[in-house]
Amino acid sequence: MKPSVVEHLVGPLGRKTISTLRAVHHASRLINSSFYWAFLSPFRGRRLRVRASVSEIVKAGYNSVPIVAVISLFVGIILALQSAYQLKKVGALIYVANLVGVSITRELGPILTAIIVAGRSGSAFAAEIGSMKAAEEVDALVSMGINPVHFLVVPKLFALMLMMPALTVISDCIGIFGGFLLSTTVLEIHPYNYFQQTVNALLVKDVVTGLVKALAFGVVITIVGAYHGFAVEGGAEEVGRRTTASVVASIFLVIVFDLFFTALFYFFT
Amino acid sequence: MMETAIEIRDLVTHYGDREILRDVSFSIPRGRTTVILGGSGCGKSTLLKHLIGLLRPTKGAILINGMDITVMKEEELNGVRKRMGVLFQGAALLNSMTLADNVALPIREHTRLEESTIQIMVRMKLDLVGLSGFEDFYPSQLSGGMKKRAGIARAMALDPEFLFLDEPSAGLDPVTAAGLDELILKLRNVFKMTIVAVTHELSSLYTIADHVVMLDRGQVIFKGSLEGLRASDDPRIRGFLNRRPEAESYSPEDYFRFIAGD
Ligand SMILES: Nc1ncnc2c1ncn2[C@@H]1O[C@H](COP(=O)(O)OP(=O)(O)O)[C@@H](O)[C@H]1O
Ligand SMILES: [Mg+2]
Repeated sequence: MKPSVVEHLVGPLGRKTISTLRAVHHASRLINSSFYWAFLSPFRGRRLRVRASVSEIVKAGYNSVPIVAVISLFVGIILALQSAYQLKKVGALIYVANLVGVSITRELGPILTAIIVAGRSGSAFAAEIGSMKAAEEVDALVSMGINPVHFLVVPKLFALMLMMPALTVISDCIGIFGGFLLSTTVLEIHPYNYFQQTVNALLVKDVVTGLVKALAFGVVITIVGAYHGFAVEGGAEEVGRRTTASVVASIFLVIVFDLFFTALFYFFT
Repeated sequence: MMETAIEIRDLVTHYGDREILRDVSFSIPRGRTTVILGGSGCGKSTLLKHLIGLLRPTKGAILINGMDITVMKEEELNGVRKRMGVLFQGAALLNSMTLADNVALPIREHTRLEESTIQIMVRMKLDLVGLSGFEDFYPSQLSGGMKKRAGIARAMALDPEFLFLDEPSAGLDPVTAAGLDELILKLRNVFKMTIVAVTHELSSLYTIADHVVMLDRGQVIFKGSLEGLRASDDPRIRGFLNRRPEAESYSPEDYFRFIAGD
């Protein structure tokens, strides 16, 4: 019997729904056990993986500093140029400082950092866990009575929860410095005026909301990377596919969360 | 009569909808080497993964020292796992760590021993498998046979009561393979461990087996001694032992899956 037209239309929809629901189920279990092993189990006498966490901090955080710095500097300069283009017309060139300061700390610092970290570390997490899954190393951990989430995910979670805000602070500072550099040279704004204007424009709130976002992005990137890593069932080619998928998914989810937080902060602060 | 260490009762398992093991029942004697024999893809690794509690069966029971591990919670199961050592088919050493750290991993995880004591234990285990001096090597720097030896060293780290070996000598040259078989014999004789080895290599079978369980397409077709296996006149067993090629006989269902690339 040939499938009817209705089946052709509804069948894929149903399959997609089921597979999406299953993904959500797996992801929420992963989130659950990550947070359990990260924040509850240490109080029940389980050890903290300090050495592994430090190594992840170096890999994910320290090694990202150069690329975050360079990109933030360029974006700061671009932002200053673009805002000068408009503000010049109304003779309010000094407001370049406000625009650069506020948009970098509230928005661009966290989001740029998140995209760089998703590309560098999120993909590395998926590839590392995925290839361990393919080589039965994850099974070996379980057979030794070692929880793979505790062993593999928690150090990465700590690293990104710490390093995302830290890298964001660096991105904020260097982005603002980029704007400063351009404004004081090309736009001929007096350095002291620019500095004063920036300090007056920035509220503690702006910086803090940016850092809260960064923290959340860190969690999102870790969980998405780990989720795709653990989802590997087959061999090497699936590791590659999952790695790519994890970058796309974490950038997408970072933007979704950004929208959510921005709306939240807009209405409630 | 030999004492039973592990008993498998009516085990049925599936991957998705596909049945892999069908009503598998047998028992594993204590202090002996049991070989689970069978062609590639007949479900040997799957069975082994059930024995160590990595997979949960659809139906049936696995009693280890009289306790059913298929109904245990993860915490309880971890208690049982501490008494098991496992060598996976590809050794499954952690590639990011040196051999010494790989062997030390279960010790560090489950004990609070001094670092110096751990170092001594690691050296002893590596010595046992003939890998002393390779402490600082990474798995990627080792040959296939050395990886398997290192895998056995890691499995032996906590002096387990049970040792599970998935194809310990498969894919190795005959000399290296014979070396591994010797090692397995030594482990049984010296430590009186209960060893369960999965294999499709006849040379290994004849060297290490005290007790044989043979699987064919997810079903047990023989259980008993090596002599019993040799004397059997079941055509499937005769074919296997005499290396007679078997006409590739897919069931229509399997064949459909095969051509559908699933
Ligand atoms: N994770 C899995 N998902 C689906 N099917 C699998 C999986 N692992 C193994 N199989 C299938 O189960 C059957 C038995 O596999 P396995 O136990 O690895 O065989 P053996 O170790 O005897 O060669 C094979 O047909 C294999 O294709
Ligand atoms: Mg196998």
